[in-house]
Amino acid sequence: MNNARAAGAPPQRTIDIVNASLKRRYAKERRFRLLGASAVVLGLLFVALLFADIVGKGYTAFQQTYIQMPITFDASVIDPEGTRSPETLQRANYAALIRQGQREIFPDVKDRRATRTLASMISVGSASHLRDMVIADPDLIGTTREVWLLADDDIDMLVKGHIDRSAPESDRRVKDQTVGWVERLESEGRIEKRFNTIFFTHGTSREPELAGIAGALMGSFYTLALTLLFSFPIGVGAALYLEEFAPKNRWTDLIEVNINNLAAVPSIVFGLLGLAVFIGIFGVPRSTPLVAALVLSLMTLPTIIIASRAALKSVPPSIREAALGVGASPLQTQLHHVLPLAMPGMLTGTIIGMAQALGETAPLLMIGMIAFIVDIPSGFTSPSTVLPVQIFLWADSPERAFVERTSAAIMVLLAFLILMNLTAVLLRRRFERRW
Amino acid sequence: MSTTVDEMSRRTGAMSSAELAGERESRATVGDVTVANPRMVCRGVDVWYGAKQAIKGVSLDIGKNEVVSMIGPSGCGKSTFLRCLNRMNDTIDGCRVTGSIQLDGRDIYDKGLDPVPLRAQVGMVFQKPNPFPKSIYENVAYGPRIHGLTNNKAELDELVSASLQKAGLWNEVKDRLDQPGTGLSGGQQQRLCIARTIAVSPEVILMDEPCSALDPIATAIIEELIDELRANYSIAIVTHSMQQAARVSQRTAYFHLGDLIEVGETNQIFTNPKHRLTEDYITGRFG
Repeated sequence: MNNARAAGAPPQRTIDIVNASLKRRYAKERRFRLLGASAVVLGLLFVALLFADIVGKGYTAFQQTYIQMPITFDASVIDPEGTRSPETLQRANYAALIRQGQREIFPDVKDRRATRTLASMISVGSASHLRDMVIADPDLIGTTREVWLLADDDIDMLVKGHIDRSAPESDRRVKDQTVGWVERLESEGRIEKRFNTIFFTHGTSREPELAGIAGALMGSFYTLALTLLFSFPIGVGAALYLEEFAPKNRWTDLIEVNINNLAAVPSIVFGLLGLAVFIGIFGVPRSTPLVAALVLSLMTLPTIIIASRAALKSVPPSIREAALGVGASPLQTQLHHVLPLAMPGMLTGTIIGMAQALGETAPLLMIGMIAFIVDIPSGFTSPSTVLPVQIFLWADSPERAFVERTSAAIMVLLAFLILMNLTAVLLRRRFERRW
Repeated sequence: MSTTVDEMSRRTGAMSSAELAGERESRATVGDVTVANPRMVCRGVDVWYGAKQAIKGVSLDIGKNEVVSMIGPSGCGKSTFLRCLNRMNDTIDGCRVTGSIQLDGRDIYDKGLDPVPLRAQVGMVFQKPNPFPKSIYENVAYGPRIHGLTNNKAELDELVSASLQKAGLWNEVKDRLDQPGTGLSGGQQQRLCIARTIAVSPEVILMDEPCSALDPIATAIIEELIDELRANYSIAIVTHSMQQAARVSQRTAYFHLGDLIEVGETNQIFTNPKHRLTEDYITGRFG
């Protein structure tokens, strides 16, 4: 200011200079806000597109087509000797009962080939459904009931409109003859769409109408539970030691660099490591939640450690001094004061790590989780698969009905991921403290 | 002239203003560092932060039932010295302490001595009030609880209320002991920290600029409190305010660039300083 005056320039008040530049500054600010807002809108748009696509493809999977059949539980077919022994009931030819029912509805179908096509309209699982009914209530033998039977996946697709009835017959999986039968059944009210409980209660299957995600869900549950059990204590302990107790020297620097590197290692590498070490050396049974959890723990540990260290760093040193000042030991200082304050941050990091683990596929392919496992896993060491791998497997299947099941499984996985991330946010809100 | 010296000393830090002024005066401590009945005895204490020496051969006694104030310009090492007295410097990486500091005749830097019980004997109040983010009751009860000073809940309640009373906070908080200590005003928080410190019945209380974050009214209350606490405790207080040092302490130590320049009766230091640096500081010529 002195210089300006000395140079003889007309005295200009600061406020004038500021006012002159103000318009430009505000314009810059508006542009920046607009850019930010459009970035957010673009992001949301793609998320909405993704969701619309998945939901649009998948929502029909939550319904399943059933066909009503008059079933005569013929004693001469089920139990010709009248012993009612469980073994006899178990072995009886229930498929014959279904064929019998179909003959009743379509008495005009005599041709051998047509009969077979007719039989294929009903899911192959229906015979065992009838068997279960009879075993549960042997008094059914000798009676005639109208029974809702699961339709085959092709019929299901046709009823749901995924097969274009106006397309030329040769391009269709379901031929004109079958379409005619289905239309007749529909007009008689013998076709109904119900909520697809099988999808949530069954393991996977080669038959789309019998395939469910229960096995994968349980597998994911066991795997995540173990992963949490392994990685949370180890991760928090490692972070606590590195941040609060370890001397700061070249070794701890090296460890820190390595942890940060591990967080960026492609997950499939952890799968290879798990295959070589856990399965190869330690002989952990393959394709079990146990080995999957070990691999996923390795993968999530860096995330948890980094988040936990950041949480510990954010606890003000004055709290540590206060505790040490009244004579708390270093461990007491950590456990009583620092850890509770850092816990929300640690939990958030852990949940984000768990969400990562829940959605992880690649390393699990390496350790045999890709095996086709129909049974719902009953424990940590029973063979199983997990949700993302199940999605991967179904996405690979040629049947049209698996397309909607894939999308439905993705919806379930997304629901769990959103739930977990929401929990992380809520936890942070709930425990956020000021000091 | 004096401004130049002042600026230079601030800029260079390591060199004393006296040297820059061309005067080679002694930096040995002037005045008697000993007292008749010492609680803590420090002899030839050196402190290094890495390669930098922060305290140079300081000797000082802290007597029973007295308040010793430590004054000096920023960075003179008074806080560093204070933090040696309960080994709080242990938590700082690269900090090294040599010399001897004794509490009741025992060297507190002895290899076999555990700093944890030491800190129960030598309590500390910090510059910024730092109550735990817990209830008022828990703040005061924490020390006695971890040291097992009380046998049951009734005794603990008694101790908490006695400590709060001694800290002059009881009447203000007795109806809301379960509320967070962080919800109190700054002055109340600092008194809560004092209550927390005296709840473990230390022998010495170290105060590191306890009033620098407080307004004059809260400061007055705390100064009054310090005067009352003198009856039972030895107190060492670091302060930036010479008026405060004059008001609360019996003896005053003037630090300058890591040296203890002068020690003496507070009256004598403020009315008749013997060392030129002390005189410059208290007359406001620098610092």
